[in-house]
Amino acid sequence: MELDAMNEKRTLVKQREKSARTGGKLAEEVFCRTLMNIASILIVGVMGVILVSIFYKGISTFSWNMLAEDMGSGFYLNRGGGIRNAILGSVYLSVSATLLALVIGLACSVCMNVYMVRCPRLLHTARFLLDLIWGVPSIIYGAFGFSLMVFFGLKTSLLAGIITVTLFILPIMIRAIDEVMKTVPHGLSESVLAMGSTRSELSYKVYLRQCFPGIVTAVLLAFGRAIGDAASVLYVTGESARSPRGLMDNVTTLPVAIYNQINSPSAAIQDKAYASAFILTLVILIISLLSRYISKRYQKYRIY
Amino acid sequence: MNISSNRRTRDKIITCLTYAAMFVVLLLPFALFIGLAFKSELLFRDHSLGQLLFSSSWRPSAGEFGFKPFIVGSLYVTLLAMIISAPICLLSAIHITQYAPARVSKVVTTAIDILAGIPSVVYGVWGMMFVVPIVSRYAAPLFGVQTTGFSILSGGVVLSIMVVPFILNILIEIYRTIPKELTEAALSLGATRWEAVRSILNRKALPGILAAVGFGFARAFGETMAVLMVVGNAIRIPESLFDQGYPLPALIANSYSELASVPEVESALMFAALILFVVVLLFNATLRWFIIKTEKY
Repeated sequence: MELDAMNEKRTLVKQREKSARTGGKLAEEVFCRTLMNIASILIVGVMGVILVSIFYKGISTFSWNMLAEDMGSGFYLNRGGGIRNAILGSVYLSVSATLLALVIGLACSVCMNVYMVRCPRLLHTARFLLDLIWGVPSIIYGAFGFSLMVFFGLKTSLLAGIITVTLFILPIMIRAIDEVMKTVPHGLSESVLAMGSTRSELSYKVYLRQCFPGIVTAVLLAFGRAIGDAASVLYVTGESARSPRGLMDNVTTLPVAIYNQINSPSAAIQDKAYASAFILTLVILIISLLSRYISKRYQKYRIY
Repeated sequence: MNISSNRRTRDKIITCLTYAAMFVVLLLPFALFIGLAFKSELLFRDHSLGQLLFSSSWRPSAGEFGFKPFIVGSLYVTLLAMIISAPICLLSAIHITQYAPARVSKVVTTAIDILAGIPSVVYGVWGMMFVVPIVSRYAAPLFGVQTTGFSILSGGVVLSIMVVPFILNILIEIYRTIPKELTEAALSLGATRWEAVRSILNRKALPGILAAVGFGFARAFGETMAVLMVVGNAIRIPESLFDQGYPLPALIANSYSELASVPEVESALMFAALILFVVVLLFNATLRWFIIKTEKY
């Protein structure tokens, strides 16, 4: 009798388990898993579609002449000309802005991680403020840069562009470097200080070396932002059809040139926009690859 | 003390310099606010704040500046982008952190990195080349609408792709920091993986998820070039997805050539930038505060 009841119970439990495994529970699992797969595939797929369509359209309209010639006065009237001035303008602008931002950004992140660690409350406030401006869209820097320019009586120029872009990438740069410097172990800085070094020596002899791969990544990240952004320089650099010769010259940057070209009514000029977009994307991709390679390569020189 | 005076002075100078740099950078948010507010002060001489925000007539030549069409346009595009990208990001984040083998998650994270790097102008070009024709040729006839394709929908779609890397990176970070023991405990009690995710991980991650979506919203709200290029830029309050809209950042970017001529228009554009700045700042500040509050539990 008892044995029978136990057997019955056992089969009941087994049945229930089986139904649970094959029933709603499993179906839900499979359903959600499929949705997730679709989401990930969608993201990778969209990336592929964007790259392929930009490259396809860009390569078919690209010619080497575009790199060798300035726009010249008749560019938007469809009288030929390339985009050399825009590329040069972009490179000048973003290289100098990145260097400026690097100098200021290094000072700031060293300040936070080496000096301000002694008063955590101040450090918290500083990081909070930095986080706040990190999310500010670039068009606002553009508007601010414009009013700054008017305030100081500057004209639209490469210099004004450099200042604006520096302000725009500073928060990005500082945050990226700070993220790396945060990971430097306390033991390292304590032992260096115990050996009798000053705090400034700690920062430029130990922190900079230890964080070098991170700093390179930060620089490339900021450079990518600087070269790709149009909204911040729309106001302040003016426009020019020839290569910039000095800091006070007007410049056209590559993104702005793309924007102007694609809005042109002529199909031939729109084709040039596709080619320019292709060039810009290629540059960005190369930068991103480079930053991966460099950060991997220099990783081995870290102490810990 | 063995430190030579030379080293000590050098230390002092460097200390001062770094503090000076820090001080200048921390002034930046205040400088931004004061600069923009100062410039838009001119507009407030003839208009009240309510009038500016809630009037929908925009005629700069007649001195009428109603920002409602722009604010509504911005909200629509941004909301649409969030509706599209938030669920996808959430699903993909769970997939990458909980299910996918290392190789697959590496592919997806590389894709996100590439998407994050593409400049917004290129997104705009792609949108004009790819999304706009699809909307006008396939999507709109489905609903019996005639449109050029330059519409809120196109703007929302392009924007939703642009914010994916941003939101997804935050979400992945959040799911990675949840201790593994939680999942293991759930699994050992007989839960399926999805049950563990649904009733334990997601509950733990909820504040983070909300914050990520909020940050994404703030990011999308200020995005300029790509949206500007596909959204059509007609000054009216959009009524359907296929209507053209005119978001705030587009207004600022589009009217830059008129800036220098009329002081009142310039002031109006600076006010538009101020609205944007305040919205983004409020969002960021609230979310940071929210994160700090919820982290304590």
